[in-house]
Amino acid sequence: MDGIHARFRLDWPGFTLDIDLDLPAAGVTVLFGHSGSGKTTLLRCMAGLERPLRGHFSFNGEIWQDGRRWVPTHKRPLGYVFQEASLFEHLSVMGNLRYGLKRVKDVQRISLGHAVELLGIGHLLDRRPARLSGGERQRVAIARALAVNPRLLLMDEPLSALDQKRKREILPYLERLHDELEIPIIYVSHSPDEVLRLGDYLVAMEGGRVVARGPLAETLTRLDGPMRIGEDPCVILDATVGIIDARWHLARIDFPGGNLWFRDPGLPVGRRVRVRVLARDVSLSARPPQESSIQNILTGAVECIGEDEHPGLAIVRVRVGPNRLLARLTRRAVTALNLEPGMEIWVQVKSVALTD
Amino acid sequence: MHFVEGDFQAIWLTARLAGIVTLVLLVLGTPAAWWLARTGSRWKGLIGAVVALPLVLPPSVLGFYLLLAMGPNGPMGKLTRHLGISPLPFTFEGLVVASIFYSLPFMVQPLQNAFEAIGDRPLEVAATLRASKLDSFFTVAVPIAFPGFLTASILTFAHTVGEFGVVLMIGGNIPALTRVASVQIYDHVEAMEYSQAHHLSAVMLGFSFLVLFALYALRPDPRRRG
Repeated sequence: MDGIHARFRLDWPGFTLDIDLDLPAAGVTVLFGHSGSGKTTLLRCMAGLERPLRGHFSFNGEIWQDGRRWVPTHKRPLGYVFQEASLFEHLSVMGNLRYGLKRVKDVQRISLGHAVELLGIGHLLDRRPARLSGGERQRVAIARALAVNPRLLLMDEPLSALDQKRKREILPYLERLHDELEIPIIYVSHSPDEVLRLGDYLVAMEGGRVVARGPLAETLTRLDGPMRIGEDPCVILDATVGIIDARWHLARIDFPGGNLWFRDPGLPVGRRVRVRVLARDVSLSARPPQESSIQNILTGAVECIGEDEHPGLAIVRVRVGPNRLLARLTRRAVTALNLEPGMEIWVQVKSVALTD
Repeated sequence: MHFVEGDFQAIWLTARLAGIVTLVLLVLGTPAAWWLARTGSRWKGLIGAVVALPLVLPPSVLGFYLLLAMGPNGPMGKLTRHLGISPLPFTFEGLVVASIFYSLPFMVQPLQNAFEAIGDRPLEVAATLRASKLDSFFTVAVPIAFPGFLTASILTFAHTVGEFGVVLMIGGNIPALTRVASVQIYDHVEAMEYSQAHHLSAVMLGFSFLVLFALYALRPDPRRRG
């Protein structure tokens, strides 16, 4: 009975939440949607902060809500990070961290020290919340949620109250949570950047309903659905830094199915990175391209050809090893190259970016 | 300054009365204020109005009804007889009970405001940090609302000290038993002892000023937080 099962129906004046979801109990699941889509309400239902009349929620076989059965929030083994840090102003940072810790009975999986180290707040412990910056407050709030040793971490747009600079300051810490903790995280966001950077599994919401869901990489390469994260179609690749070429200031990142060179981001060899490849930066060639300025050339096979927003354009999905890339071509090019599913093809990737 | 024996008795009696009433109202008023601050019940308006009634009611009216209630045929009178204790009118205990009604809004309203100002969020945070409702009340709501408790206690104490009309109706004017400071001043004036009335009045004036000064000085200044 692994996994998370959530079924909620909530009727408010002017808003109805109606969802039935199975989610993996691992990695980061992003609830993505515009404001008013119900993603925060869904998260609050999961935490027991809202009590829908009809609902069912189970986590790895443990039932937290079903019919009349109701486990109150304080008895659910979860951590919750609110949109605003919501620190207890009457306690010091340490007092905030210890508040939940003191009330937890089960075995510590994450020590307080580890949480403090993970969020880099060791130098702030004696301070009052009023003396912290916005970014620091949110890091303390995240550490506080981790200190209760949650088996499920719920995060409600933890970055949305912060400016761009503070976001950049916190995102690496969130990536560390993603990489170093084994706790499943459900993360509410309306930001395409955060989805691409942190997500493993995507749930797209609209008007209180789920409109698309699936593993992020797969959802992004689905050509039929309404799913589009951000402005342009893109894919993400989870890769590692393979080689640094100091002479040309380039780095090679390796992923199953190939490798790509791009300008050296200053990361050490072996570091896991996630890169985004925009469909408009990918072109296809029926023959091995020669003497091209585009030096990232992969081989793959056409999987399918889908429509783009403009009638003159098409999106072609290409399989490269176990990964998929999207290429945006003109319709004319598709015909000129005689592209059809199964065809072997050379893929030229003009640029790649780290997701941030 | 010149005080007579009765003055000291009156001051001590007043302080004892106000202290006891403040403590009792802290215990009774806190849950009432909490309920009023957080309930969505349709009874909220009605209960709120009843609690606020002593603010506008002439003390003699309140005292009159309390006297009837405490009398042999009133509900409280029947209760005291049933319990085998002496009737409340013209006793110190009677003054305590009457003052609890009289000063109720001065405890409940500041507390209610303080509780309302907390909002839902800190309590939700506490719940996600494994605190039960009772736990979070004592560890989150009370500390955050602490200035409200201070304000409410000071106002209740001071208001009880200033009580006059209700005391006369319920307690009469029995030396060392129900003759509080305000009544003592009244007696001095009646007896044309103006200088003694002056002295006791000056004490009351000084006390009232100090209380209000403390209240304003202690109130946390939002511009000086942290």
